[in-house]
Amino acid sequence: MATDTFFSIPKSTAARTVTITFEGEPLSVPAGISVAAALLAGGVKNFRSSVVGGRPRAPYCMMGVCFECLVEIDGIPARQSCLIPVREGMAIRRQIGAVELQFGAGEKA
Amino acid sequence: METNKGENTRMSKRQMTVVGGGLLGAAIAYGAARAGTSVHILDQGDSALRASRGNFGLVWVHGKGATMPDYVQWTKEGLRLWPELQNELMELTGVDAGLQQPGGFWLGFDEKDVEARAVALDKINQDGGDVPFQMMDRAELRQYLPGLGDAVVGGSFCSLDGQANPLMLLRALHAALKAKGVDIISGVDIAKVEYDAGTGMFDAVAKDGRRWKSDRLVLAAGLGNAALAPQVGLLAPVKPTRGQVLITERLKPFLDYPTNKCRQTKEGTVQLGSTAEDVGYDDGTSADKIEWLARRAVETFPVLGQARLVRAWGALRPLTPDGYPIYQESQTCPGAFVVSSHSGVTLAASHCYVLGPWTSGLTQTPQEFKSFRGERFLDPNASFSNGY
Repeated sequence: MATDTFFSIPKSTAARTVTITFEGEPLSVPAGISVAAALLAGGVKNFRSSVVGGRPRAPYCMMGVCFECLVEIDGIPARQSCLIPVREGMAIRRQIGAVELQFGAGEKA
Repeated sequence: METNKGENTRMSKRQMTVVGGGLLGAAIAYGAARAGTSVHILDQGDSALRASRGNFGLVWVHGKGATMPDYVQWTKEGLRLWPELQNELMELTGVDAGLQQPGGFWLGFDEKDVEARAVALDKINQDGGDVPFQMMDRAELRQYLPGLGDAVVGGSFCSLDGQANPLMLLRALHAALKAKGVDIISGVDIAKVEYDAGTGMFDAVAKDGRRWKSDRLVLAAGLGNAALAPQVGLLAPVKPTRGQVLITERLKPFLDYPTNKCRQTKEGTVQLGSTAEDVGYDDGTSADKIEWLARRAVETFPVLGQARLVRAWGALRPLTPDGYPIYQESQTCPGAFVVSSHSGVTLAASHCYVLGPWTSGLTQTPQEFKSFRGERFLDPNASFSNGY
Protein backbone atom coordinates (compact mmCIF):
# COMPACT_ATOMS: atom_id res chain seq x y z
CA MET A 1 0.00 0.00 0.00
CA ALA A 2 1.14 3.52 -0.71
CA THR A 3 2.63 5.19 2.34
CA ASP A 4 3.24 8.60 0.78
CA THR A 5 0.18 10.48 2.02
CA PHE A 6 -0.90 14.12 2.11
CA PHE A 7 -3.16 13.42 5.06
CA SER A 8 -2.72 12.30 8.65
CA ILE A 9 -5.03 11.55 11.51
CA PRO A 10 -4.15 12.91 14.98
CA LYS A 11 -3.00 10.11 17.28
CA SER A 12 -5.44 11.27 19.97
CA THR A 13 -8.43 10.16 17.84
CA ALA A 14 -7.13 6.61 17.47
CA ALA A 15 -8.55 5.16 20.66
CA ARG A 16 -9.61 2.00 18.85
CA THR A 17 -8.72 0.74 15.39
CA VAL A 18 -10.41 -1.48 12.82
CA THR A 19 -8.91 -3.28 9.85
CA ILE A 20 -10.28 -2.70 6.38
CA THR A 21 -8.93 -3.72 2.98
CA PHE A 22 -8.47 -1.64 -0.15
CA GLU A 23 -7.92 -3.69 -3.32
CA GLY A 24 -7.07 -6.58 -1.00
CA GLU A 25 -4.40 -4.71 1.01
CA PRO A 26 -5.13 -4.40 4.75
CA LEU A 27 -5.22 -0.99 6.42
CA SER A 28 -5.45 -0.41 10.17
CA VAL A 29 -7.48 2.76 10.72
CA PRO A 30 -9.17 4.59 13.62
CA ALA A 31 -12.72 3.41 14.30
CA GLY A 32 -15.49 5.90 13.62
CA ILE A 33 -13.93 7.83 10.74
CA SER A 34 -15.28 7.78 7.18
CA VAL A 35 -14.03 5.36 4.54
CA ALA A 36 -12.81 8.31 2.46
CA ALA A 37 -10.80 9.75 5.39
CA ALA A 38 -9.34 6.33 6.16
CA LEU A 39 -8.24 5.73 2.58
CA LEU A 40 -6.76 9.22 2.21
CA ALA A 41 -4.80 8.82 5.45
CA GLY A 42 -3.66 5.44 4.15
CA GLY A 43 -2.15 7.11 1.10
CA VAL A 44 -4.81 6.14 -1.47
CA LYS A 45 -4.96 8.73 -4.25
CA ASN A 46 -6.88 6.89 -6.91
CA PHE A 47 -10.38 6.03 -5.64
CA ARG A 48 -12.15 5.51 -8.94
CA SER A 49 -11.95 6.19 -12.65
CA SER A 50 -14.11 8.87 -14.21
CA VAL A 51 -17.12 7.59 -16.14
CA VAL A 52 -16.60 9.92 -19.07
CA GLY A 53 -12.83 10.23 -19.47
CA GLY A 54 -11.52 7.23 -17.53
CA ARG A 55 -9.16 9.48 -15.52
CA PRO A 56 -8.30 8.76 -11.87
CA ARG A 57 -10.39 10.53 -9.23
CA ALA A 58 -10.22 11.20 -5.48
CA PRO A 59 -12.50 12.83 -2.90
CA TYR A 60 -13.13 16.54 -3.28
CA CYS A 61 -15.91 17.85 -1.04
CA MET A 62 -15.88 15.23 1.75
CA MET A 63 -19.51 16.09 2.54
CA GLY A 64 -21.63 14.03 0.16
CA VAL A 65 -22.08 16.46 -2.68
CA CYS A 66 -19.48 15.90 -5.39
CA PHE A 67 -19.59 12.11 -5.92
CA GLU A 68 -15.84 12.04 -6.61
CA CYS A 69 -15.17 9.54 -3.78
CA LEU A 70 -17.20 6.61 -5.12
CA VAL A 71 -15.85 3.13 -4.30
CA GLU A 72 -17.20 -0.39 -4.19
CA ILE A 73 -17.83 -1.52 -0.60
CA ASP A 74 -18.49 -5.18 0.20
CA GLY A 75 -19.58 -5.81 -3.38
CA ILE A 76 -21.97 -2.85 -3.63
CA PRO A 77 -20.83 -0.44 -6.34
CA ALA A 78 -20.60 3.33 -6.39
CA ARG A 79 -20.91 4.13 -2.69
CA GLN A 80 -20.08 7.58 -1.37
CA SER A 81 -17.08 6.78 0.81
CA CYS A 82 -17.12 10.16 2.56
CA LEU A 83 -20.53 9.38 4.09
CA ILE A 84 -19.88 5.81 5.27
CA PRO A 85 -18.05 5.00 8.54
CA VAL A 86 -15.37 2.30 8.48
CA ARG A 87 -16.31 -1.08 9.92
CA GLU A 88 -14.10 -4.06 10.85
CA GLY A 89 -13.46 -6.28 7.84
CA MET A 90 -14.85 -3.90 5.23
CA ALA A 91 -13.65 -4.84 1.73
CA ILE A 92 -13.23 -1.80 -0.50
CA ARG A 93 -12.37 -1.69 -4.17
CA ARG A 94 -11.91 1.04 -6.76
CA GLN A 95 -15.03 2.01 -8.66
CA ILE A 96 -14.04 1.54 -12.28
CA GLY A 97 -16.31 3.51 -14.60
CA ALA A 98 -20.09 3.48 -14.40
CA VAL A 99 -22.23 0.94 -12.60
CA GLU A 100 -23.63 -1.83 -14.78
CA LEU A 101 -27.21 -2.83 -14.04
CA GLN A 102 -27.62 -6.58 -13.64
CA PHE A 103 -30.41 -7.87 -15.84
CA GLY A 104 -32.23 -10.98 -14.69
CA ALA A 105 -32.32 -14.13 -16.82
CA GLY A 106 -34.30 -13.51 -19.99
CA GLU A 107 -34.70 -9.82 -19.20
CA LYS A 108 -32.14 -8.62 -21.72
CA ALA A 109 -32.90 -9.56 -25.30
CA MET B 1 -42.87 59.12 -39.00
CA GLU B 2 -42.96 55.35 -38.66
CA THR B 3 -40.85 53.12 -40.85
CA ASN B 4 -42.40 49.92 -42.11
CA LYS B 5 -42.10 46.97 -39.79
CA GLY B 6 -39.57 44.60 -41.22
CA GLU B 7 -37.43 47.51 -42.39
CA ASN B 8 -34.77 48.57 -40.00
CA THR B 9 -33.07 51.71 -41.11
CA ARG B 10 -32.15 53.05 -37.69
CA MET B 11 -28.84 52.21 -36.16
CA SER B 12 -27.86 52.27 -32.54
CA LYS B 13 -25.20 50.53 -30.56
CA ARG B 14 -27.58 47.67 -29.91
CA GLN B 15 -30.39 47.15 -32.36
CA MET B 16 -32.13 44.49 -30.32
CA THR B 17 -32.83 43.93 -26.64
CA VAL B 18 -33.78 40.41 -25.61
CA VAL B 19 -35.35 40.20 -22.15
CA GLY B 20 -34.50 36.75 -20.81
CA GLY B 21 -31.39 34.61 -21.20
CA GLY B 22 -32.97 31.16 -20.94
CA LEU B 23 -33.29 28.66 -23.76
CA LEU B 24 -35.70 30.86 -25.73
CA GLY B 25 -33.96 34.19 -25.29
CA ALA B 26 -30.51 32.72 -25.87
CA ALA B 27 -31.56 30.82 -29.02
CA ILE B 28 -33.30 33.86 -30.53
CA ALA B 29 -30.49 36.25 -29.62
CA TYR B 30 -27.95 33.88 -31.16
CA GLY B 31 -30.08 33.50 -34.29
CA ALA B 32 -30.36 37.28 -34.58
CA ALA B 33 -26.65 37.85 -33.95
CA ARG B 34 -25.56 35.32 -36.58
CA ALA B 35 -27.86 37.16 -39.03
CA GLY B 36 -25.95 40.36 -38.37
CA THR B 37 -28.13 42.07 -35.75
CA SER B 38 -26.38 43.64 -32.78
CA VAL B 39 -28.01 42.24 -29.66
CA HIS B 40 -27.84 42.42 -25.92
CA ILE B 41 -29.57 40.11 -23.47
CA LEU B 42 -30.91 41.28 -20.14
CA ASP B 43 -30.99 38.27 -17.83
CA GLN B 44 -32.48 38.16 -14.39
CA GLY B 45 -29.67 36.20 -12.81
CA ASP B 46 -29.88 33.95 -9.78
CA SER B 47 -33.30 35.12 -8.60
CA ALA B 48 -34.88 33.91 -11.88
CA LEU B 49 -37.22 30.92 -11.93
CA ARG B 50 -35.11 29.38 -14.72
CA ALA B 51 -37.54 27.11 -16.53
CA SER B 52 -34.68 26.09 -18.83
CA ARG B 53 -33.16 24.10 -15.99
CA GLY B 54 -36.34 22.07 -15.58
CA ASN B 55 -36.76 20.81 -19.13
CA PHE B 56 -36.86 17.02 -19.45
CA GLY B 57 -34.67 17.16 -22.56
CA LEU B 58 -36.83 15.38 -25.11
CA VAL B 59 -36.61 16.48 -28.74
CA TRP B 60 -40.07 15.34 -29.61
CA VAL B 61 -42.99 15.61 -32.00
CA HIS B 62 -45.13 12.51 -31.82
CA GLY B 63 -48.32 13.09 -29.90
CA LYS B 64 -47.97 16.88 -29.95
CA GLY B 65 -50.31 19.21 -31.81
CA ALA B 66 -53.46 17.08 -31.75
CA THR B 67 -55.61 20.21 -31.71
CA MET B 68 -53.35 22.49 -33.77
CA PRO B 69 -51.99 21.17 -37.08
CA ASP B 70 -49.74 24.22 -37.53
CA TYR B 71 -47.93 23.23 -34.35
CA VAL B 72 -47.22 19.75 -35.72
CA GLN B 73 -45.50 21.23 -38.78
CA TRP B 74 -43.65 23.82 -36.69
CA THR B 75 -42.36 21.07 -34.38
CA LYS B 76 -41.33 18.84 -37.31
CA GLU B 77 -39.39 21.76 -38.75
CA GLY B 78 -37.68 22.14 -35.37
CA LEU B 79 -36.55 18.51 -35.41
CA ARG B 80 -35.33 18.84 -39.00
CA LEU B 81 -33.18 21.88 -38.15
CA TRP B 82 -31.73 20.51 -34.88
CA PRO B 83 -28.70 18.65 -36.30
CA GLU B 84 -27.50 21.85 -37.96
CA LEU B 85 -27.68 23.68 -34.61
CA GLN B 86 -25.90 20.84 -32.79
CA ASN B 87 -23.04 20.89 -35.32
CA GLU B 88 -22.82 24.67 -35.46
CA LEU B 89 -22.65 25.01 -31.66
CA MET B 90 -20.08 22.24 -31.44
CA GLU B 91 -17.86 23.86 -34.06
CA LEU B 92 -18.17 27.35 -32.65
CA THR B 93 -17.92 26.56 -28.93
CA GLY B 94 -16.71 22.97 -28.50
CA VAL B 95 -19.75 22.32 -26.31
CA ASP B 96 -21.80 19.21 -27.09
CA ALA B 97 -25.52 19.93 -26.64
CA GLY B 98 -26.07 16.19 -26.56
CA LEU B 99 -28.43 15.72 -29.51
CA GLN B 100 -29.37 12.14 -30.37
CA GLN B 101 -32.29 11.37 -32.70
CA PRO B 102 -32.63 7.58 -32.74
CA GLY B 103 -36.43 7.79 -32.50
CA GLY B 104 -38.44 7.82 -29.29
CA PHE B 105 -40.98 5.67 -27.48
CA TRP B 106 -44.17 6.57 -25.66
CA LEU B 107 -45.01 3.79 -23.19
CA GLY B 108 -48.45 3.02 -21.75
CA PHE B 109 -49.48 1.07 -18.65
CA ASP B 110 -53.12 0.76 -19.59
CA GLU B 111 -54.82 -0.76 -22.70
CA LYS B 112 -57.28 2.13 -22.83
CA ASP B 113 -54.48 4.71 -22.81
CA VAL B 114 -52.69 2.87 -25.60
CA GLU B 115 -55.88 2.73 -27.70
CA ALA B 116 -56.51 6.44 -27.10
CA ARG B 117 -52.93 7.12 -28.11
CA ALA B 118 -53.40 5.28 -31.42
CA VAL B 119 -56.59 7.25 -32.13
CA ALA B 120 -54.89 10.58 -31.31
CA LEU B 121 -51.89 9.83 -33.52
CA ASP B 122 -54.19 8.77 -36.38
CA LYS B 123 -56.13 11.99 -36.01
CA ILE B 124 -52.94 14.06 -36.23
CA ASN B 125 -52.13 12.42 -39.56
CA GLN B 126 -55.72 12.72 -40.87
CA ASP B 127 -55.29 16.45 -40.25
CA GLY B 128 -52.22 16.41 -42.50
CA GLY B 129 -49.61 15.84 -39.79
CA ASP B 130 -47.57 13.31 -41.76
CA VAL B 131 -45.81 12.20 -38.56
CA PRO B 132 -44.35 8.72 -38.98
CA PHE B 133 -45.40 6.51 -36.07
CA GLN B 134 -45.91 2.89 -35.23
CA MET B 135 -47.97 1.28 -32.46
CA MET B 136 -46.26 -1.69 -30.77
CA ASP B 137 -47.26 -4.34 -28.29
CA ARG B 138 -45.04 -5.29 -25.36
CA ALA B 139 -43.22 -8.08 -27.20
CA GLU B 140 -42.31 -5.79 -30.08
CA LEU B 141 -41.28 -2.97 -27.74
CA ARG B 142 -38.89 -5.36 -25.99
CA GLN B 143 -36.94 -5.84 -29.22
CA TYR B 144 -35.90 -2.20 -28.87
CA LEU B 145 -36.14 -1.77 -25.10
CA PRO B 146 -34.64 -4.82 -23.37
CA GLY B 147 -35.71 -5.19 -19.77
CA LEU B 148 -39.06 -3.49 -20.29
CA GLY B 149 -41.38 -4.35 -17.39
CA ASP B 150 -44.62 -6.32 -17.56
CA ALA B 151 -46.50 -3.19 -16.43
CA VAL B 152 -46.03 -1.72 -19.91
CA VAL B 153 -48.80 -3.04 -22.16
CA GLY B 154 -47.97 -1.18 -25.35
CA GLY B 155 -46.63 1.99 -26.83
CA SER B 156 -45.87 4.10 -29.84
CA PHE B 157 -42.63 4.84 -31.68
CA CYS B 158 -41.67 7.77 -33.88
CA SER B 159 -38.40 7.71 -35.80
CA LEU B 160 -38.06 11.51 -35.78
CA ASP B 161 -37.82 11.88 -32.01
CA GLY B 162 -34.81 12.06 -29.75
CA GLN B 163 -33.19 13.88 -26.87
CA ALA B 164 -30.65 16.54 -25.99
CA ASN B 165 -29.06 17.86 -22.83
CA PRO B 166 -30.93 21.03 -21.78
CA LEU B 167 -28.17 22.27 -19.48
CA MET B 168 -25.43 21.76 -22.06
CA LEU B 169 -27.61 23.33 -24.75
CA LEU B 170 -28.01 26.44 -22.60
CA ARG B 171 -24.28 26.52 -21.93
CA ALA B 172 -23.50 26.06 -25.64
CA LEU B 173 -25.87 28.88 -26.60
CA HIS B 174 -24.33 31.23 -24.05
CA ALA B 175 -20.82 30.39 -25.29
CA ALA B 176 -22.00 30.98 -28.86
CA LEU B 177 -23.48 34.35 -27.87
CA LYS B 178 -20.15 35.43 -26.41
CA ALA B 179 -18.39 34.27 -29.57
CA LYS B 180 -20.74 36.47 -31.63
CA GLY B 181 -20.12 39.50 -29.43
CA VAL B 182 -23.53 39.55 -27.76
CA ASP B 183 -23.55 41.27 -24.36
CA ILE B 184 -25.22 39.16 -21.70
CA ILE B 185 -26.03 41.46 -18.83
CA SER B 186 -27.13 39.47 -15.80
CA GLY B 187 -28.68 40.46 -12.50
CA VAL B 188 -31.17 42.66 -14.33
CA ASP B 189 -34.76 42.55 -13.15
CA ILE B 190 -36.81 44.23 -15.89
CA ALA B 191 -39.87 45.87 -14.35
CA LYS B 192 -41.10 47.91 -17.30
CA VAL B 193 -40.81 48.17 -21.06
CA GLU B 194 -41.64 51.40 -22.88
CA TYR B 195 -42.21 52.37 -26.49
CA ASP B 196 -41.68 55.88 -27.84
CA ALA B 197 -43.87 56.23 -30.93
CA GLY B 198 -41.99 59.39 -31.96
CA THR B 199 -38.58 57.78 -32.23
CA GLY B 200 -39.75 54.17 -32.56
CA MET B 201 -37.31 53.24 -29.78
CA PHE B 202 -37.85 50.89 -26.85
CA ASP B 203 -36.63 51.29 -23.31
CA ALA B 204 -36.24 48.31 -21.02
CA VAL B 205 -36.25 49.61 -17.46
CA ALA B 206 -34.85 47.64 -14.54
CA LYS B 207 -36.19 47.71 -10.98
CA ASP B 208 -33.07 49.61 -9.94
CA GLY B 209 -33.74 52.29 -12.60
CA ARG B 210 -31.15 51.28 -15.20
CA ARG B 211 -32.36 51.55 -18.80
CA TRP B 212 -31.41 49.97 -22.09
CA LYS B 213 -32.50 51.45 -25.42
CA SER B 214 -32.98 49.55 -28.67
CA ASP B 215 -34.89 49.53 -31.94
CA ARG B 216 -36.26 46.08 -31.33
CA LEU B 217 -37.47 44.34 -28.22
CA VAL B 218 -37.95 40.61 -27.75
CA LEU B 219 -39.75 39.45 -24.61
CA ALA B 220 -38.48 35.97 -23.77
CA ALA B 221 -38.89 36.34 -20.03
CA GLY B 222 -40.67 33.07 -19.30
CA LEU B 223 -43.31 33.65 -16.63
CA GLY B 224 -42.30 37.34 -16.64
CA ASN B 225 -43.89 37.73 -20.09
CA ALA B 226 -47.38 37.78 -18.56
CA ALA B 227 -46.75 41.22 -17.00
CA LEU B 228 -44.40 42.67 -19.64
CA ALA B 229 -46.25 41.81 -22.88
CA PRO B 230 -49.32 44.06 -22.28
CA GLN B 231 -47.01 47.07 -21.89
CA VAL B 232 -46.17 46.86 -25.61
CA GLY B 233 -49.58 45.81 -26.93
CA LEU B 234 -49.12 42.05 -26.66
CA LEU B 235 -50.66 39.22 -24.66
CA ALA B 236 -48.97 36.25 -22.96
CA PRO B 237 -51.19 34.73 -20.28
CA VAL B 238 -48.64 32.13 -19.14
CA LYS B 239 -48.93 30.28 -15.86
CA PRO B 240 -46.39 28.13 -14.02
CA THR B 241 -46.53 24.37 -14.15
CA ARG B 242 -44.11 22.48 -11.93
CA GLY B 243 -42.06 19.59 -13.23
CA GLN B 244 -40.16 17.38 -10.81
CA VAL B 245 -37.45 15.08 -12.14
CA LEU B 246 -35.15 12.48 -10.58
CA ILE B 247 -31.59 11.73 -11.62
CA THR B 248 -29.81 8.43 -11.08
CA GLU B 249 -26.11 7.80 -10.70
CA ARG B 250 -24.23 7.26 -13.94
CA LEU B 251 -24.90 3.82 -15.33
CA LYS B 252 -23.43 1.86 -18.22
CA PRO B 253 -25.64 2.37 -21.31
CA PHE B 254 -28.74 0.15 -21.16
CA LEU B 255 -31.42 2.31 -22.76
CA ASP B 256 -30.84 3.11 -26.43
CA TYR B 257 -33.95 5.26 -26.95
CA PRO B 258 -35.56 8.10 -25.02
CA THR B 259 -39.03 7.36 -23.66
CA ASN B 260 -41.75 9.55 -22.21
CA LYS B 261 -41.01 8.17 -18.72
CA CYS B 262 -37.22 8.03 -18.59
CA ARG B 263 -34.17 8.59 -20.73
CA GLN B 264 -30.46 7.89 -20.39
CA THR B 265 -28.01 10.66 -21.19
CA LYS B 266 -24.76 10.25 -23.10
CA GLU B 267 -22.92 10.53 -19.77
CA GLY B 268 -24.90 7.62 -18.31
CA THR B 269 -27.31 9.24 -15.85
CA VAL B 270 -30.95 8.27 -16.19
CA GLN B 271 -33.46 11.07 -15.89
CA LEU B 272 -36.86 10.04 -14.56
CA GLY B 273 -39.70 12.40 -15.14
CA SER B 274 -41.56 14.35 -15.08
CA THR B 275 -44.54 15.61 -13.17
CA ALA B 276 -46.80 18.42 -14.37
CA GLU B 277 -48.29 20.08 -11.32
CA ASP B 278 -50.32 23.20 -10.70
CA VAL B 279 -48.82 24.46 -7.44
CA GLY B 280 -48.40 28.17 -8.10
CA TYR B 281 -44.88 29.48 -7.67
CA ASP B 282 -43.56 26.65 -5.46
CA ASP B 283 -40.54 25.16 -7.27
CA GLY B 284 -39.65 22.63 -4.57
CA THR B 285 -39.79 18.84 -4.52
CA SER B 286 -42.26 16.65 -2.66
CA ALA B 287 -41.88 13.12 -1.26
CA ASP B 288 -45.13 11.86 -2.82
CA LYS B 289 -44.12 12.89 -6.35
CA ILE B 290 -40.57 11.58 -5.95
CA GLU B 291 -42.03 8.25 -4.85
CA TRP B 292 -44.48 8.26 -7.79
CA LEU B 293 -41.72 8.98 -10.32
CA ALA B 294 -39.41 6.32 -8.86
CA ARG B 295 -42.16 3.70 -8.71
CA ARG B 296 -43.22 4.43 -12.28
CA ALA B 297 -39.63 4.15 -13.52
CA VAL B 298 -39.09 0.80 -11.80
CA GLU B 299 -42.37 -0.51 -13.21
CA THR B 300 -41.19 0.59 -16.66
CA PHE B 301 -37.71 -0.90 -16.29
CA PRO B 302 -37.48 -3.17 -13.20
CA VAL B 303 -33.66 -3.18 -13.46
CA LEU B 304 -33.74 0.50 -12.39
CA GLY B 305 -34.55 -0.78 -8.90
CA GLN B 306 -30.80 -1.33 -8.54
CA ALA B 307 -29.91 2.26 -9.41
CA ARG B 308 -29.20 4.89 -6.79
CA LEU B 309 -30.82 8.29 -7.11
CA VAL B 310 -28.49 11.23 -6.66
CA ARG B 311 -30.70 14.25 -7.21
CA ALA B 312 -34.28 15.44 -7.39
CA TRP B 313 -35.44 18.87 -8.40
CA GLY B 314 -38.46 20.88 -9.31
CA ALA B 315 -38.74 23.71 -11.79
CA LEU B 316 -41.53 25.99 -12.94
CA ARG B 317 -42.16 26.04 -16.67
CA PRO B 318 -44.40 28.61 -18.33
CA LEU B 319 -47.49 27.16 -19.95
CA THR B 320 -50.12 28.90 -22.05
CA PRO B 321 -53.78 27.89 -21.54
CA ASP B 322 -53.69 25.55 -24.59
CA GLY B 323 -50.06 24.47 -24.19
CA TYR B 324 -49.06 25.89 -27.58
CA PRO B 325 -46.59 28.74 -28.03
CA ILE B 326 -47.09 32.44 -28.51
CA TYR B 327 -44.96 34.13 -31.19
CA GLN B 328 -46.15 37.56 -32.15
CA GLU B 329 -45.05 41.01 -33.23
CA SER B 330 -46.91 43.94 -31.74
CA GLN B 331 -49.25 45.90 -34.02
CA THR B 332 -49.21 49.01 -31.85
CA CYS B 333 -45.49 48.94 -31.01
CA PRO B 334 -43.81 47.61 -34.17
CA GLY B 335 -40.48 45.99 -33.45
CA ALA B 336 -41.70 44.44 -30.16
CA PHE B 337 -42.12 40.68 -30.05
CA VAL B 338 -43.32 38.22 -27.45
CA VAL B 339 -42.20 34.60 -27.42
CA SER B 340 -43.49 32.00 -24.98
CA SER B 341 -42.95 28.28 -25.44
CA HIS B 342 -43.04 25.20 -23.24
CA SER B 343 -40.61 23.40 -25.58
CA GLY B 344 -37.34 25.27 -25.41
CA VAL B 345 -35.31 22.16 -26.25
CA THR B 346 -37.42 20.60 -29.02
CA LEU B 347 -37.79 23.97 -30.74
CA ALA B 348 -34.31 25.38 -30.03
CA ALA B 349 -33.19 25.24 -33.66
CA SER B 350 -36.38 26.91 -34.95
CA HIS B 351 -36.08 29.57 -32.30
CA CYS B 352 -32.55 30.24 -33.52
CA TYR B 353 -32.84 29.94 -37.30
CA VAL B 354 -36.44 31.15 -37.80
CA LEU B 355 -37.24 33.48 -34.89
CA GLY B 356 -33.75 35.07 -34.88
CA PRO B 357 -34.04 36.55 -38.41
CA TRP B 358 -37.79 37.19 -37.99
CA THR B 359 -37.38 39.30 -34.84
CA SER B 360 -34.49 41.07 -36.60
CA GLY B 361 -36.93 42.19 -39.30
CA LEU B 362 -35.09 40.23 -41.98
CA THR B 363 -37.92 37.82 -42.86
CA GLN B 364 -41.70 37.92 -43.21
CA THR B 365 -43.89 36.48 -40.49
CA PRO B 366 -44.15 32.73 -41.22
CA GLN B 367 -47.63 31.69 -42.40
CA GLU B 368 -48.30 29.29 -39.49
CA PHE B 369 -47.70 32.01 -36.89
CA LYS B 370 -51.32 33.13 -37.31
CA SER B 371 -52.11 30.16 -35.05
CA PHE B 372 -49.63 31.32 -32.42
CA ARG B 373 -51.07 34.76 -31.71
CA GLY B 374 -51.83 35.67 -28.10
CA GLU B 375 -55.31 37.00 -28.95
CA ARG B 376 -56.62 33.46 -29.32
CA PHE B 377 -57.02 33.43 -25.53
CA LEU B 378 -59.42 36.40 -25.64
CA ASP B 379 -62.14 34.49 -27.55
CA PRO B 380 -65.04 34.39 -25.05
CA ASN B 381 -66.51 31.28 -26.70
CA ALA B 382 -63.32 29.22 -26.58
CA SER B 383 -62.26 26.94 -23.78
CA PHE B 384 -58.70 25.71 -23.42
CA SER B 385 -56.99 22.63 -22.16
CA ASN B 386 -53.52 21.31 -22.69
CA GLY B 387 -51.88 17.92 -22.87
CA TYR B 388 -49.36 18.59 -20.14
